[in-house]
Amino acid sequence: MTDLATDVLIVGAGGSGMYAAIAAARAGAERVLLADKSLVGRGGATIMAQMTVAAALGEECPDDWLAHLEDTLAAGRGLCDEDLAALLCRDAPARIREMEEWRVGWARRADGRIAQVAAPGHSRPRCCYVDFLNTGPAVAATLRRQIGHIGAIRRVSNLAVTDLIVQGGEAVGVVALDIAAGEPVTIFAKAIVIATGGLSRIYRRNSASANMGGDGYALALAAGAALVDMEFVQFFPIGHLAPRLVGMDPIMWDPFRYKLGGRLFDGAGREFLADYGSDESTGYTTPRDVATYAIQKEVAAGRGSPHGGVYLSFTHVPRHALEAAFGPVIERLAKNGIDLGTAAVEVAPIAHYHMGGIAVDTHMATSVPGLFAAGEAAGGANGANRLSGNAIPEALVFGEQAGRAAARHAARRLTPDWPGRMAAVAVEQIHSLAAGRHGDVAAGELLDRLREVMWRDVGPLRTADGLARAIAMIEEMRDALPQVAVPAGRQFNSGLADWFELRGSIVAAATVAHAATARRESRGSHQREDFPNTDSDWARSQRVSMTADGALALEARP
Amino acid sequence: MTKHAPSKQIASKPIARLCVYRGSADAPSPRYQEFALPFEPGATVLDALIRIRAQQDPSLAIRYSCINANVCKECLIAIDGVVGYACTTRLRSDAPMTLDPLPGKTVLRDLVTETRPPRERLK
Repeated sequence: MTDLATDVLIVGAGGSGMYAAIAAARAGAERVLLADKSLVGRGGATIMAQMTVAAALGEECPDDWLAHLEDTLAAGRGLCDEDLAALLCRDAPARIREMEEWRVGWARRADGRIAQVAAPGHSRPRCCYVDFLNTGPAVAATLRRQIGHIGAIRRVSNLAVTDLIVQGGEAVGVVALDIAAGEPVTIFAKAIVIATGGLSRIYRRNSASANMGGDGYALALAAGAALVDMEFVQFFPIGHLAPRLVGMDPIMWDPFRYKLGGRLFDGAGREFLADYGSDESTGYTTPRDVATYAIQKEVAAGRGSPHGGVYLSFTHVPRHALEAAFGPVIERLAKNGIDLGTAAVEVAPIAHYHMGGIAVDTHMATSVPGLFAAGEAAGGANGANRLSGNAIPEALVFGEQAGRAAARHAARRLTPDWPGRMAAVAVEQIHSLAAGRHGDVAAGELLDRLREVMWRDVGPLRTADGLARAIAMIEEMRDALPQVAVPAGRQFNSGLADWFELRGSIVAAATVAHAATARRESRGSHQREDFPNTDSDWARSQRVSMTADGALALEARP
Repeated sequence: MTKHAPSKQIASKPIARLCVYRGSADAPSPRYQEFALPFEPGATVLDALIRIRAQQDPSLAIRYSCINANVCKECLIAIDGVVGYACTTRLRSDAPMTLDPLPGKTVLRDLVTETRPPRERLK
């Protein structure tokens, strides 16, 4: 078995993980281990970002990070952790300009200024981007290049952390599955950063990559850390629905809305956003939570499009304007049989981002010494609804804080050396699963069932009955876990990785369902059909923790 | 191949057939295994492989991460002898499709090859 030791271990190599590695090395950590279940810099959400990155650069018009903060707090519907939100908005410009020094290639106006577009909820044009729909790939490639230049950073792909090891209340390392070899690995770490992204993958309709099943939340919870705002899952309103579109992310219609406006119609061809208090006479201004609610209500009332969404149309936009705005993308759409000049597409809400996450302070420290979180995995900054464009700055800014704080923590500690028995159970579990296990149901099948339940009962519109049904199903799945079939095999046995994904996703799903049940009001992305109003008594966040016997405990605090 | 049986196609839902390379260092005797699943117009080869893994054979291995965006570039395999992305190649129902691991790379399992950069490997 492989035993590794490092100063700073970073779990997850998307935008926040890669930036945390850079910051840790910059802060003096001599050994930084950057591990990812997928390939470093290729998995996660960062690489999927289509367009907007919000930062008060003031290139388009005068701007100030305090104005960005004001917009972020308003979008968060009273629930943002104001210190975290302030950190995000304050440091975003420095991170975005640094990316430019690293040649990310932000789109520019003819006069050389960085182009910034207006996105819903922002009081002015504030979102920069890389054309065409290339923000995520460009940011990921830029960070990959940077970490490649830093000798202190060791990258390991296809390494899935399965258990955090806590000794005397401190995080001291992990047990991981080396997916390629099918063998357990132990890693002693002076500080650990969880940068595993969100949990969108636990929903049937999602825009997530394969490795976003919420496992980082389950790891943190089991280690003794608290989670915050878990009921707030962002359902992106206009995810692509039909016709089937390949080679493009389902959230790719937002950039079209930024640049060209676009119009939403119900199944009968009637514009409906105004019925929900949204006025789009000045352009694309409807916030994500409002648009998602409006579309779900239209569909529920039987006014949806044939595939159960609504129509998004650009047929009023002249062809030359379409081509000027999206160049080669128009060709890619044509290959999918989509001609925006002549026909509307069908869109519908899709799980996209998690506002909730691991509770941290402004150094990204959790309540467990030695354990930090960054990026989407950390919760609180975006409250009940995230502004368009805040996810990439969050990844970079929080990654920077976490990497620096973890390096500082590591510098004060000796390399932990825990007794073998502490990790023995986790190591044995990997060996035992790799030997294969007979069972009635495969992990992948249960994951599909979980995604269906979450979509139906813990999705954009929720009720007490639906949530109770979901919790019962989730508990059944948790109890069935020991009987799930696992195919035998070591080398790249995906069935083995599936089992661990299922285990983590069940815990993540349970935290969302329990927090959603307790919040008997509607706010932001959390919409209760049985409690449709926002209740000022509920202007507080809920924290989820795990008791010694493995049960979930909820606590609401101002 | 199935052009002579249009009436059957109408009577029952069309089927897609995939002939998939199976083999690993654990079980060193590579073979092809055929899978059949309901054909859905517009579906991709990756859609089919994900569905097979969930419903028929969880031991089937394929590398993928972003699923539909074609940005992770992990699902590169050989499809009917031509190197392509499983996530952008449409499934067909008129003839079986043969799937092989990326040529010239070490096979880890089934369609998964060693595509990690050498500096990102544990050993």
